[in-house]
Amino acid sequence: MPRVLSLYFPFWATDRLRRAMGEAAPSRDVPLALKGQSGNRRLITAVDDLALHVGARIGMPVAKAESLFGDMVLLDADVSADAFALEKVAIWALRQYSPLVAVDAPDGLILDITGAAHLYGGEAGLVADVVRRLSDLGITARAALADSWGAAYALARFGAQPQSIVAPGQTADALLPLPVEALRLPSDMIPDLRLLGLDTIGELAGKPRPPLTRSFGPLLFRRIDQAFGRLNEPIEPVESPELIVVERVFAEPIGAPETMQKYTQRLVDMMCERLEENGLGVRRLDLHFVRVDNRIETIFVGTAKPVRDAKRLGRLLTDKIETVDPGFGIDRMKLIAASVEPVGFKQMATAYAEPARPDVEDLWDTLSNRYGAGCLYRAVSVATDIPERAVRRLPPTAVEVGSRRNAGYRRPQRLYRRPEPIETLAALPDHPPKAFTWRRERFRVVCADGPERVLEEWWRTDKEIGKVRDYFILEVESGERFWVFRAGDGQHASTGGLNWFLHGKFD
Amino acid sequence: MSTHSPVVLSQLRQRIETIENIGARARSVLPFGVPEIDAKLPKGGLTIGALHEIAGGANGAVDGSAAISFAAGIAARTGGNVLWCYTQPDLFAPALANSGLTEDRVVFFEVRDESAILGACEEALRHGGLTAVVGELAGLSRVASQRLNAAAEVTGTMALAVRRWRRHVDARDFGHPTAAFTRWRITELNSSPLPVRGVGRSRWQVELMRCRGGDSADFEVEACDADGRLSLGHHEAADMSSGGWERRAAS
Repeated sequence: MPRVLSLYFPFWATDRLRRAMGEAAPSRDVPLALKGQSGNRRLITAVDDLALHVGARIGMPVAKAESLFGDMVLLDADVSADAFALEKVAIWALRQYSPLVAVDAPDGLILDITGAAHLYGGEAGLVADVVRRLSDLGITARAALADSWGAAYALARFGAQPQSIVAPGQTADALLPLPVEALRLPSDMIPDLRLLGLDTIGELAGKPRPPLTRSFGPLLFRRIDQAFGRLNEPIEPVESPELIVVERVFAEPIGAPETMQKYTQRLVDMMCERLEENGLGVRRLDLHFVRVDNRIETIFVGTAKPVRDAKRLGRLLTDKIETVDPGFGIDRMKLIAASVEPVGFKQMATAYAEPARPDVEDLWDTLSNRYGAGCLYRAVSVATDIPERAVRRLPPTAVEVGSRRNAGYRRPQRLYRRPEPIETLAALPDHPPKAFTWRRERFRVVCADGPERVLEEWWRTDKEIGKVRDYFILEVESGERFWVFRAGDGQHASTGGLNWFLHGKFD
Repeated sequence: MSTHSPVVLSQLRQRIETIENIGARARSVLPFGVPEIDAKLPKGGLTIGALHEIAGGANGAVDGSAAISFAAGIAARTGGNVLWCYTQPDLFAPALANSGLTEDRVVFFEVRDESAILGACEEALRHGGLTAVVGELAGLSRVASQRLNAAAEVTGTMALAVRRWRRHVDARDFGHPTAAFTRWRITELNSSPLPVRGVGRSRWQVELMRCRGGDSADFEVEACDADGRLSLGHHEAADMSSGGWERRAAS
C-alpha cells in the first residue's frame, strides 16, 4: 500500500511574491491581493490570509475590490514565476524527503513517502518536519497523508485539520464526509452534481454508476476509484537539471531479480564515473523502476558520509532489490543522485605500509540501510547518577567521548527497564536486606555492599524533587549478585516510600 | 650456509605470514593469559577466526550476565572494534567497560528478531574491519553456526555467540551440536571473602564443555578485570580449600 503525502499551499502566490520581494514586500499586517487578466476582465487571482479575512475573494473584479478594501495592496500576478517556484520547492522536497515528488499544480505538491518515513521518526514526525520547514520559509502549508493521491489531495484541501494523517486502510472513512469539490473534477461539473443533491463524496460513491457515467462521463467514477485507492494513479516525478541522473531504457521489459541486479550495478558504475568528473560523492541515491503500467517502484539508500565507490553503492542498492515488485515488467530504470557532497581524492595505502584493517563505515551503511538507522548506535555515558539515564545513543560514526563520572563504579551487566518490586527483610536506616523474594523465589543474602546513595534529578520533573535511592550490591547463597535499591533514605518519608526494588544483575 | 638454511627458512615463513596478514590471523589464537586454561586449549588459546559459544549456567541461562561479561573480556582482548548484537533490551552498556570493553570500541545493534542478528553478525564478520562480533542468541542452528564460522574464518574476526534463553527449559538447546570451536558455560560462584564488609571480585565456574581438538575441563576463576583478563586467584586459592569449607559449614 503506497503512502502519499499531499501538501497544499493555500496562499502560494502571495507567499511566493512576499518571499521574492524580500525587504520591499508589503508588510504582513496589510492585506495583499494579486490581480490578473482573464479575457477582457481584470480579476483578483490570489489573496493572502488577511485579505481573505477582510472579505476579498478570488475571482472578484478588481474595480470592486479596490472600492471595497481601500487599504489592500494590489499587485500584478505572475503565473509563470509561481509555477517555476513551485517546481523549485518540489526539488527541495525531492532531495529532502522522498524519491518521488511531483508538482500538483497550481498550488501543491504530492510526495510518495512509502518507506521513507522512518528517517524522521515515523509519519507524524515527517509531516511535522515538512510543515515546520516550509513555515520557516514563509510558506503556509496544509498537509495530509493517506493511501492514495486523490485522498491525500482531498484531505489537504478540505479536511478539518491543517495536518492530518490517515492510518493505512482507513482512507475510505476519512473521505466520505468531504464535499465533491475534493475529487479533482472539472469545475463545471460541480454545480451539476450539487443540483442533483450530491454534496459529499459519500453520497456520490453510493449511487449506481451507469446513469451518472452517461451524463458526466467516465472521469467522475475514475476519480472516485483513484481516491479510494482502487485504481492506481502513477506519480510522474519532478526532474531537476542539476541532479545527476543516469538512465537505461529496455527494449523488452525486464523482471528477473538477477537482471535488475545486473543493470543496477551498471547504472551505479555510470553514476560513479559522472560523480568522479564532478568531484562529488553521494549521500542519498534513488533508483526508480518504471513499470510497464507506469507505476514507479523506488528504492533508495543513504550513507553516513559521501561515497562514490561503485562496488559499495551497488551492494547497498542490490540489498534492497527484493522489495521491488516488478509487476508485468520494468521498461526503464533511472538512478538519481538525490543528495551529493564534494569529496576529495585520498592517498591510497601503498603495498609497503603496514596493512591496515579496512574502514568500518561501509559496514555501518550496509547494516543501517538493511535494518533501519535506529538499530545501530554507540553507547556514550552521560554525567548522571540515575542509571536508566546513563546512556546516550549516538550514531556509530560519532566521535564524541562520554563522561567518566561513573567509570570507577561497579555496575550491573543487566539493568531491568522497570525496577522490579521485591519483598525484603532489612533493618533501617542503612542496612542491606538479610533476605528478599523476587519473582516468587526467596534469596538469602550472604554478603552485601552499600548503600550508594543516588539523589534523583529534581530539575527534570516535580516528582523527583527530594527523592533518594539507596543502592546495594547483594550476593546470595547461590553466588548470584544483584543490584537492589530502596526508595527513600530510610529516615524521612518525604524522600521515598521505603519500598525495595531489584534493578539489575551483576556478572 | 646449508646448516643455516632451516633457520632462514623459518624466518622467511614468518615474514611471509606477517605479510599475508589475514590468513595468519584467522589461524592464530588469543590466549587467556592464564596458563592453566591455555594449556587445555589447542595451540594455547581461542582460535581467532572461529565461532565460540558461551552460555550462563543455572539462572545465568536466562539472564546471561556472567556470560556477556566473559564474552566482553574476550572481545576486549582482541584489541579492535567490536559489534555487539542483541534482542533483549536489558543490556547495560557501561558495565561492559568493567570487563575491559570500553565504550569507544563497541557499536551496538539492537533488533527484535534473531534472524536479523544472524544476518548482521555474518555481514560484520565478512567485512573484516572489526576484531570481534558478539551476538546474543537463543537459537543457533547447525547451519547458522556453520555460516558464522565460515565468515569468521575468511577475515580472521572472532565470532562469539552468547546463548541466552527466555525460559530455563529452553536451555536444553545447548546440548545440540553446532559448528562452534569451543563451548563454554559460566556459572556465578560466591566471591572470595573480603577482610572487610562488602562484595569481592566476582568468581565464576568456567566449564569448557566442548573444544575442537581438545578435552573438556572446568576452572574456578575470578571475573575479568578492567583489561578483560581472568585470573585464578592463586594466593587465595591456596587456602581456599579449607577456607571455603569452613564458610560453607558456617552458613
